Amino acid sequence: MEEFLKQYLDPKFAITFAYLIKIFCIVIPVMISVAYLTYFERRVIGFMQSRIGPNRVGFFGLLQPIADALKLLFKEIILPAKSNNFLFFLAPLLSIAPALAAWAVIPFGFEMVLADINAGLLYVLAMTSIAVYGVIIAGWASNSKYAFLGSLRSAAQIVSYEIAMGFTLVGVLMCANSLNLGEIVMAQQGGISQWYCWPLFPLFIIYFISAVAETNRAPFDVAEGESEIVAGFHVEYSGMAFALFFLAEYANMILVSILAVIMFLGGWMSPFSFIPDGIFWLLVKVAFVLFFFIWFRATFPRYRYDQIMRLGWKVFIPLTLIWIIFIGAMMQTDYAEYFH
Amino acid sequence: MDYLYWGDDANRLCGVLPLMKNFIMNIVKSLTLHELLRGMGLTLRYFFSKKITIQYPEQKTPQSPRFRGLLALRRYPNGEERCIACKLCEAVCPAMAITIESEQREDNTRRTTRYDIDLTKCIFCGFCEESCPVDSIVETRQFEYHGEERGDLLYTKEMLLEVGKKYEKQIAKDRKQESKFR
Repeated sequence: MEEFLKQYLDPKFAITFAYLIKIFCIVIPVMISVAYLTYFERRVIGFMQSRIGPNRVGFFGLLQPIADALKLLFKEIILPAKSNNFLFFLAPLLSIAPALAAWAVIPFGFEMVLADINAGLLYVLAMTSIAVYGVIIAGWASNSKYAFLGSLRSAAQIVSYEIAMGFTLVGVLMCANSLNLGEIVMAQQGGISQWYCWPLFPLFIIYFISAVAETNRAPFDVAEGESEIVAGFHVEYSGMAFALFFLAEYANMILVSILAVIMFLGGWMSPFSFIPDGIFWLLVKVAFVLFFFIWFRATFPRYRYDQIMRLGWKVFIPLTLIWIIFIGAMMQTDYAEYFH
Repeated sequence: MDYLYWGDDANRLCGVLPLMKNFIMNIVKSLTLHELLRGMGLTLRYFFSKKITIQYPEQKTPQSPRFRGLLALRRYPNGEERCIACKLCEAVCPAMAITIESEQREDNTRRTTRYDIDLTKCIFCGFCEESCPVDSIVETRQFEYHGEERGDLLYTKEMLLEVGKKYEKQIAKDRKQESKFR
């Protein structure tokens, strides 16, 4: 694409322009999938509760997310009294920006990646960590005790589960010998048996549960709670500012799902070596993982706050450490090939 | 732990072994996420089950012939009003929603000149219908009506008679069906 643009534009400008086009090609599908994830979630949860779910707006309710987005766009943004205006508006930006920025290193297919950097995994971890600031600042700038309590809980939860999540990814990079996401996928070549979810099965489960906690989804959604702190850190937000938090939450959900697919389920690789690989497989796997997110929400009652902390610190971190040591030990034996 | 008998080794093991077994089973169960998976199986079963939603304007729930909806005044088949202004309904109405005024007609029968029901007060208890000796005031199956302005739900005699005229067929059928229970 750069070559094509260079025919018409200044070479320097052409590169920037090509990147801009690529960015749009990623961000717009992400936004659309966020919108339809909300629809999918409402339908699936409805089905699991013997209901139908939204089916009025458009065919099968397919225009429902658009109607919701329009409603939020037209709503008034209310500024709480004595809130810190600058931080109040910075917070939603701080949570949406990293949620989108992390998509830069996600490989959608062979060499189909915006920024093919070597430390892709570290970059993703760094970006998801920055999202915590959005939560903390939103809670603090709102000048509301509910928002403040919600943000404290949410931040504590995200920070603690990030450790377990980071450790599970250490297991992956031990197996793949690389921090580059594309190379991690390439290391899982050769059908379903080569995927890392088998040698790293406990880490896969722990990664998945941490991912649910990390995105503040049920059953780890203590950041909100109607009976105690209303909507948590975004109580005071309305209209588009609220929509940004909402977008960030769902974009993060898709991001951690796509990471789960890349790390453990072979990314764009097809499960059987005689079927061609491609972005199609990535999308199918991500949809499958997202279904689990929604399935969890429809099934499990919420964890108590201290139980969440106990699970994160006393169960997941020791378990991941043990498994990492186990992998390290196994790699020194004759069975090393099973862990590569 | 009280039931542990520390006498001899065999007896001690009898107490300890079940505890050990429980302990290990608990660890195994929590590590295999046994209960979580069972819960997910349940929700997955419901995911494929029949949905019970009634899509209201198109679908409606079945109604009983004793359904207590919009009130109506009935006439005899010859066109004469049933109401004889006995005012039993006015007396029994717990919400005091009914107002009746009456006078003697030329043929010396007593009829109402005014029969108002304030549907904003009415609680649809059906006492008026029960008390009526001539089956004049009845409750129909209609529940989809509304008032757009204040006062729209103050139903006068004419309006109530109009409702009765409109739904007389259904009303008569329901009364007949329920007659053996009354």
